[in-house]
Amino acid sequence: MRHDHLLTANQLTREDIELVLDRAAEVDANPASFGQRHAGTLLGLCFFEPSTRTKMSFEAAMKRLGGDVVDMGSVDSSSVKKGESLADTVRVVEGYTDALVLRHPLMGAAKMASEFVDVPLVNAGDGAGHHPTQTLLDLYTIRENAGLDDLTIGIMGDLKYGRTVHSLATALTNFDATQHFVSPESLKLPRSVRYDLHEAGATVREHTDIEEVLPQLDVLYVTRIQRERFPDENEYHRIAGEYQIDAGTLQAASDDLTVMHPLPRVDEIAPEIDGTDYARYFEQAHNGVPVRMALLDLLLEDSA
Amino acid sequence: MTDKQLRVSKIENGTVIDHVHGGQALNVLAILGIDGSGGEQVSIGMNVPSDTLATKDVVKVEGRELSQDEVDVLSLIAPDATINIVREYDVVEKHRVDRPETVTGVLSCPNHNCITNADEPVETRFAVLRDGVRCEFCEQIVREDIANHIGGD
Repeated sequence: MRHDHLLTANQLTREDIELVLDRAAEVDANPASFGQRHAGTLLGLCFFEPSTRTKMSFEAAMKRLGGDVVDMGSVDSSSVKKGESLADTVRVVEGYTDALVLRHPLMGAAKMASEFVDVPLVNAGDGAGHHPTQTLLDLYTIRENAGLDDLTIGIMGDLKYGRTVHSLATALTNFDATQHFVSPESLKLPRSVRYDLHEAGATVREHTDIEEVLPQLDVLYVTRIQRERFPDENEYHRIAGEYQIDAGTLQAASDDLTVMHPLPRVDEIAPEIDGTDYARYFEQAHNGVPVRMALLDLLLEDSA
Repeated sequence: MTDKQLRVSKIENGTVIDHVHGGQALNVLAILGIDGSGGEQVSIGMNVPSDTLATKDVVKVEGRELSQDEVDVLSLIAPDATINIVREYDVVEKHRVDRPETVTGVLSCPNHNCITNADEPVETRFAVLRDGVRCEFCEQIVREDIANHIGGD
């Protein structure tokens, strides 16, 4: 891989993405052959925000490559509580480990941290910024189910603050994809992401109503609208209710539609969808391990 | 404009920043980090009649020759500025400002959730776009009122 770190989706070319996804497919096909690939390697987990899936799948990925992890633990039990800067924290943990995974509530945290360390650093989410490893597993899931070229995708929910959306939309500009963004007016894509899509010449449409576009879609990527984005409880319930998917909604969809969600979901996708052929969100979550194994394998291979 | 009409006197050695859009002179000083504490003699003409701009500001800094890198950051707020390097009352070099690719430590990021606004040992860094600037950390784009964000600490 050409990069020392994985910080944002903007840095990923089509070649980079295909390299990771092809390696992930190799992992999926023959996981045992990767079992001792990085024996003795230690991955540092620095999570300044809660995480279940991302943290556990990074841990599983490193262990399935034969390595191990050291975990900073929660912020409350670490030296961060004493006022240590992020720059100091990563410089210290760098000395214990061969690579770092960082999640932080502030945007640009991973970019800044990467300027203080020499080991590979992976952004596992920086506030409302980016979440590029989620994007790689999203792309892997899309490629497996619908293909990445000649793709029509709908991305729905909180597009303003949703970092998985920002990274996915940006990465999809590397492919022949038409992107339909479906959200309330107040949660439309931020200016920075619009700028990147425009600069990349992406085909982009915006909607407030999923019914306008649902029949055309190969993939529907649903995200959670968070309560705290609305000052008024009633307003939240009224708006969030318009961006929920159930069996009735999907009657207008193509039979081949793939429904995805980065999880956790609250009530954006009704449980009655889970058992249908549309539902791919648990498969998507499971893909986190082979894709992160592939990414770590490539980053560590190059830094060795 | 003749010497008699000049509202600020000629300088012996230093830099004259001319053709600054009217009202931007104080921002020019701010973006260059000149606040008088360095002891330089600074003269400012504001809203002076101009042939090419309706009105212009002029900034003269005695005893200091600004580097090209220093003046290039001026392109953010004074894209038409001309820079005259003066030695013994004569203009010995004349430059236009060029748009730099990045500006470091000059602007603060307006995004409160940007890591550069936390207590971290990092200078702000903005990529210069065709019509604005973009924080290289949080990627926020600033197009309007860039001068309001001068002060990169």
